[in-house]
Amino acid sequence: MNLARYDLVLAKAIRQRNPAVVVLRLLTYVALVVGGGIFMLPALWMITTAFKTYAEAQQFPPVWLPTTIQLSNFTKPFDELPFQKFYFNTIAITLIAIIGVLVSCTPVAFAFARLSFRGRNALFALVLGTMMIPDQATLVPVYVFFAKLGWTNTILPLTVPSFFAVDAFTIFLLRQFFMTIPRDLDDACKIDGGGPLVLLLRVIIPLSMPVFGVVTILQFVGRWNDFFGPLIYLNTLENYTVSLGLRLFQTRYLVETNTMMAMALLAALPTIILFFLAQRYFIRGVVLTGVNR
Amino acid sequence: MEKAIDPTQPVVRPAKRASISRMQAREELIAYLLISPWVIGFLIFTAGALIFSFGLSFFKADLLSPAQFVGLDNYKRLLFEDKLFLQAVKVTTLYTLGVVPMQIGLSLSVALLLNQAIFGIGIWRTIFYLPSVVSGVAVAMIWLWFFQPDLGLFNALLALVGIQGPRWLFSEEWALPSIMLMSVWSIGPAMIIFLAGLQSVPVDLYEAAQIDGANAWQQFTSITIPMISPQLLFNAVLGVIGSYQVFTASFVTTEGGPNNATMTLVLYLYREGFLTARFGYASTIAWVLFAIIMVFTLFTFRSTREAVFYESQPR
Repeated sequence: MNLARYDLVLAKAIRQRNPAVVVLRLLTYVALVVGGGIFMLPALWMITTAFKTYAEAQQFPPVWLPTTIQLSNFTKPFDELPFQKFYFNTIAITLIAIIGVLVSCTPVAFAFARLSFRGRNALFALVLGTMMIPDQATLVPVYVFFAKLGWTNTILPLTVPSFFAVDAFTIFLLRQFFMTIPRDLDDACKIDGGGPLVLLLRVIIPLSMPVFGVVTILQFVGRWNDFFGPLIYLNTLENYTVSLGLRLFQTRYLVETNTMMAMALLAALPTIILFFLAQRYFIRGVVLTGVNR
Repeated sequence: MEKAIDPTQPVVRPAKRASISRMQAREELIAYLLISPWVIGFLIFTAGALIFSFGLSFFKADLLSPAQFVGLDNYKRLLFEDKLFLQAVKVTTLYTLGVVPMQIGLSLSVALLLNQAIFGIGIWRTIFYLPSVVSGVAVAMIWLWFFQPDLGLFNALLALVGIQGPRWLFSEEWALPSIMLMSVWSIGPAMIIFLAGLQSVPVDLYEAAQIDGANAWQQFTSITIPMISPQLLFNAVLGVIGSYQVFTASFVTTEGGPNNATMTLVLYLYREGFLTARFGYASTIAWVLFAIIMVFTLFTFRSTREAVFYESQPR
């Protein structure tokens, strides 16, 4: 076995007959396996129970693996509640909000990163300041505002604000990235006679696809999983999102653990798949906002 | 006589200066246009809403009848008479004091394990990050079964070793600890921030310490901890801000019960504002919550100003 291909430190310690390092190294793996196992337990239980029969899901002490795979757990809830509608609504809200955030925050972040104008630093400090304000502080007036416009029980309160660059976090993230694009490109653009808009459209945007990926993914997870916003603004069944539908299903069919887990799995699947496909974007996003302060 | 050259003025021919300032003026105009969506959004959804909510906190308002000015009554009632609000402050503070240190300890431990150039780092990172992307409602549904007193996993495991488990979410004293345990499950972003911090610690610091005869624990306390103190501060502040806003975890599992044992501040705000339509009173709660978070954040930044070490800053 060529251990060095997997773990250089462990291979070297074995070669040098250094028992202390070997033991420490193995303990690290033991800790990871045990910790990882405990961490995966809830998710594993959700996945296996989603395929169990009702009798097996209710068994005590619990059984882990289903003896028969029951796929009707995934279809039955769709007969009881209009889940297809919930998914359609959630997808619509998520996509519109992502577009809104990208379209509105990109020019703002570009102006703060690249253009000089009076009051720039003060305004940017204001952007950062808004990150510390909890949503609840503005919740009531914003709700009253949308209620007066007659927008409650529509997707408008959940999508329209994103077109007004209200997400300070995204502005900050985009600006941090734009600052890393070399200034030489700006000068080259200027020599060719291009103004700021040409610079934004021809240089900055094409070079910023990775950070747009980060924003899209963070927004997707946030919007898809949002519970509080839909809870407040949406009040009829046909306008519900997946989170609200899941909650309703849970209060109605509390004992049917197997179908509940099937629905929980279906609701969690898009974000889980996205995470697997775009893991490095998640990591980059967290690092961009959390470390380069 | 020739005019003396003023050294403070740039030597530029008037025509060129005019064209530069015209270009600057144009750039400025474009900049203001580009940030205008943010300005409008800020004026309506942040500044305007904050002022409105502050004003509303002095009114009795239900949106159906005209609002009625009550002066400081809402604040008086909230801070001195409302037992349920005090309970919510207590519950949320206990939750924060329990969850934030546990999350930081756990995410730092995992990050330390992952920082050792081990095999399959991507797989491990996925395992520990994944719970953080699962919808809060789905997470609560899983844990509801874990905590189920008669059929759930925890009491089944405890029964194996002959212990009669508590009634978890149904018990007044165990409900809050149960919800705290559930929240500790999501450590993904904090872990990644620690990992990035750990990877930026220069290796020669450890080599120098080893030459000086420092053991592993000494290296950890006198190199690792100071070097990642900015990340510690960041995770602590974000953790506290997030914890004070906890809602879904207790709303989906217990709705604040039993006997208000899990009544968090935002849950209370939701009940007052959106279930009983007391919008003035809800605004008062929101402002007190805002004040708590601000005071805490400022306090953390001030008290750690000496302890947090930024590599780039002159000392």
